[in-house]
Amino acid sequence: MIALFRRDVRRGYAGGGATLVIAFFLLVAVLFPFAIGPDATLLARVGGGVIWAAALLAALLPVERLVQPDLEAGVLDQLTVRGVSPAMVAAVKIAAHWCAFAPPLMLAAVIAAGLLDLSAERLLLVEAGLLLGTPGLAALAVATGALVAGLRGAGAVAGLVMLPLAVPLLIFGAGAIEGGASGLKLLAAVSLVLVAGAPVVAGAAMRAGVE
Amino acid sequence: MLSAQGLTVARGGRLLIEALDLAVPRGGALLVRGPNGAGKSSLLRVLAGLLPPVAGAVTREGTLAWMGEATALDSERRLGAALRFWATLDRAAGAALRVSAALAAVGLDELDDVPVRLLSTGQRRRAALARVVAAGADLWLLDEPASGLDAAAVARLEALIDGHRGGGGAVVVTTHQPLALPDAATVTL
Repeated sequence: MIALFRRDVRRGYAGGGATLVIAFFLLVAVLFPFAIGPDATLLARVGGGVIWAAALLAALLPVERLVQPDLEAGVLDQLTVRGVSPAMVAAVKIAAHWCAFAPPLMLAAVIAAGLLDLSAERLLLVEAGLLLGTPGLAALAVATGALVAGLRGAGAVAGLVMLPLAVPLLIFGAGAIEGGASGLKLLAAVSLVLVAGAPVVAGAAMRAGVE
Repeated sequence: MLSAQGLTVARGGRLLIEALDLAVPRGGALLVRGPNGAGKSSLLRVLAGLLPPVAGAVTREGTLAWMGEATALDSERRLGAALRFWATLDRAAGAALRVSAALAAVGLDELDDVPVRLLSTGQRRRAALARVVAAGADLWLLDEPASGLDAAAVARLEALIDGHRGGGGAVVVTTHQPLALPDAATVTL
């Protein structure tokens, strides 16, 4: 399983995957000042929420690359005949996706905080929130990727499936910037529920995909 | 080593195979023949446990190596590294050695460093066969292993299957082209 984990992490970073997440995240974060106008106090106030909205959109980007290529290339077949349970594959994929997705995102959030004129304390809360929330986002991304694998126009469907389910993360993540520790606890709880549930859902979807 | 009783297979609501019995002993081979769409690949997927049969049961002994239609090798990686990933999953000890021996057995030992995406169709097929060889499994299930292979490679495939059977292994092969497997049982769909 360690071999599978390492392979998936490498695939996450291969072909500029991390750069793409950072660039997309920053682009979305930069769109808000253009739309709202260059009012520093207003931007500093909405900045945390902007970063969370951008994180959610950036999390959509890799969804199609998580399960679909493995289904098409027969990798899931090979894992199945080796007796690896689909839920186990999904759990490994979630861990690997988190490792490939969260560090670039948290790095990009520092840059975005500078662009949005966020104070150090607020940036700290955003980063703490991202640390707790990204496992949930990664779990949701893998589950969505497994559900839409093999569909035509999977990218658009993935957005429709994933974004509504990610709303609790957005609410508590952005809420933690004002709410502090209690907000972070709620965020961690939502993230935990997603991490616990996603391998089962993703595993069942992958099993159905193999058949 | 592999047996099935009363196997009924359907795909997309169409009945393909009805009440099929088969048995492959140690050292045995089973050749599955039939026109396109007859259900050769579906039967093999059922035997591998990838697809549940509508009725009937499959019993397998020992370890299993599967060669499907897809290569299942990461296209951006070098051939040797891509094969070592699977060999490590099968058994970590001696994975590199088993892979280089398998590559030599299929005649790809000089392409160890070449990215998988640059391989030709026939070379990909042989690379998938190398994974089967490197797995060291008891039972081989091969879906159209000879498709896209040149005459020399087909002879090599036949020799590899013979060697595997000589070592006590069993093999089930689907094919629509001639393949010389001595004393093989045949199922025609």
